[in-house]
Amino acid sequence: MVPAIENVNTDPRENSAISSPTGQATRTTGSPVKLEIKDVSKDFVTARGTTHALSNINLSIFEQEFISLIGRSGCGKTTMLRIIAGLIPPTSGEVRIGGESLWSGATVDSSVITQLGVVFQDANLFPWYNIVDNVSLPLRLRGVGKTDRHRRARELMELVGLGGFEKSYPRELSGGMRQRAAIARALSYDPELLLMDEPFGALDALTRERMNIELQRIASAIKATVVFVTHDIAEAVFLGNRVVHLTPRPGRIQNVTTVDIPRPRAIEAQSDPQFVQIVRDLRIALDDEE
Amino acid sequence: MLRGERLQKIAKWGATPAILIVVFAVWEAAVRAFQVNPLILPAPSEIFVRLVQLLQGPTIWQDAQTTTTEAVVGFLIAVVVGVIAGVILGKSQLLEISMRPLVVGSQVVPKVALIPLFVIWFGFGISSKIIIAALMGFFPIMLNVQLGVRSVDPGQRDVMRSLNASRWQTFRHLELKSTLPYVFAGMEVGIVFSLIGAIVGEYLGGSVGLGYELVQTLNNLDASGLFAVILLLSALGLILYFLVTVAKRVSIPWHESATVQ
Repeated sequence: MVPAIENVNTDPRENSAISSPTGQATRTTGSPVKLEIKDVSKDFVTARGTTHALSNINLSIFEQEFISLIGRSGCGKTTMLRIIAGLIPPTSGEVRIGGESLWSGATVDSSVITQLGVVFQDANLFPWYNIVDNVSLPLRLRGVGKTDRHRRARELMELVGLGGFEKSYPRELSGGMRQRAAIARALSYDPELLLMDEPFGALDALTRERMNIELQRIASAIKATVVFVTHDIAEAVFLGNRVVHLTPRPGRIQNVTTVDIPRPRAIEAQSDPQFVQIVRDLRIALDDEE
Repeated sequence: MLRGERLQKIAKWGATPAILIVVFAVWEAAVRAFQVNPLILPAPSEIFVRLVQLLQGPTIWQDAQTTTTEAVVGFLIAVVVGVIAGVILGKSQLLEISMRPLVVGSQVVPKVALIPLFVIWFGFGISSKIIIAALMGFFPIMLNVQLGVRSVDPGQRDVMRSLNASRWQTFRHLELKSTLPYVFAGMEVGIVFSLIGAIVGEYLGGSVGLGYELVQTLNNLDASGLFAVILLLSALGLILYFLVTVAKRVSIPWHESATVQ
């Protein structure tokens, strides 16, 4: 059995609404920890003073787990993801990936960062390369030969539903297709941990729903551990094994909710009573912030 | 759709010649009707005759070659120096801040006013004109490159960082490629400026070049000759500009500005 609330900083009384709909987590008990966030804090110092973006974040994410990170804008969820992604150093605390420390001071351990795949809010494809070259760029940077990296890129484009667009340029694709290409690029070197920062935020509702189904399929196909940042409650609950709720000023973990609906989930899972209940509770919790 | 496309094609290829023909016809008719003094405004037919005459003359090709060499060599120097200076100033905030007054100052100075100085320093030969052409072309190229280096998308930088790319890899796959459109934008302006520099340089000193010919026709009160040389210079400018845009289309076919419309 996995408790719903795993964060020590959380006052249990605040979470009474959320602690009820929990049960067995879908992950197998005793699977190893993939990502460990220990006492991570982040302060941004500007001329106008110090902003506490994150305060004492503690979280353990297990192998092949799908974690949704949810909160209102400005709660520090993107900051948290960027710290895990090796893009900004934490002020204090430690991030361990596969047991190895990602940060030493303000420098990133490059052997650890190579285990990560990052998908950003924008696809950030390079307009000067066609899609197959964009998708295989990470392999190119690692010195993989053209034939091999293109073969791998084609496989991945097939996986994300972009077969036939190898020679297209980014500007010729729709927003959804570009984002698929960005996902394929992040998968090209088989990262063990996939970090996604509101990857579907710019897409329309229907495309987004379809991408959620696809992402679920892809994540289970490659057995990846995923940290997925979103501000969409339904999306977070639909995708996540657990939903981590962050509250702002300073950013800290309010609670962690286990979503005990078997995966893969079909779109109908959204009418499952447990799903409805969790979404409602999270909405109330998010509304209660200030 | 089809009809619209055809109309667009006609507008693209037909409009300019049509307008020119009308302008020349009205011009010709007006000069004849009002018997305008040919020293002030010669008729197009007269200019055409003079142009043919000029092209058969002994020196005009030599002149055109000289002016082209000055403009092109000066321009190439401007590209090399402008790109290097632009990258350095774009990369180093400190250097940019300390150099900014100088850069702005030298921008504001009408560079044409410096040309006599260069004639004094570098003589009446081809080298003074090349230096002037280089100086004129340098500024638009440097400023554009500087802007380009700064405009590298932060999101794309994040991608390279998350892929653990080395400095060289980031330069090769991101910074260089995303700056190239700015380099070409600067070059498109720069080539025109370089040609202006070469011509004005020839006004002031020397005995060859289309700029020199221009002054000669003026001294001879040869208005139709003046017009003919202006036409030649325009053709030269057009050809040089066209070559730069061709280079752009070949180098950055992925960029919006390079797509043929």
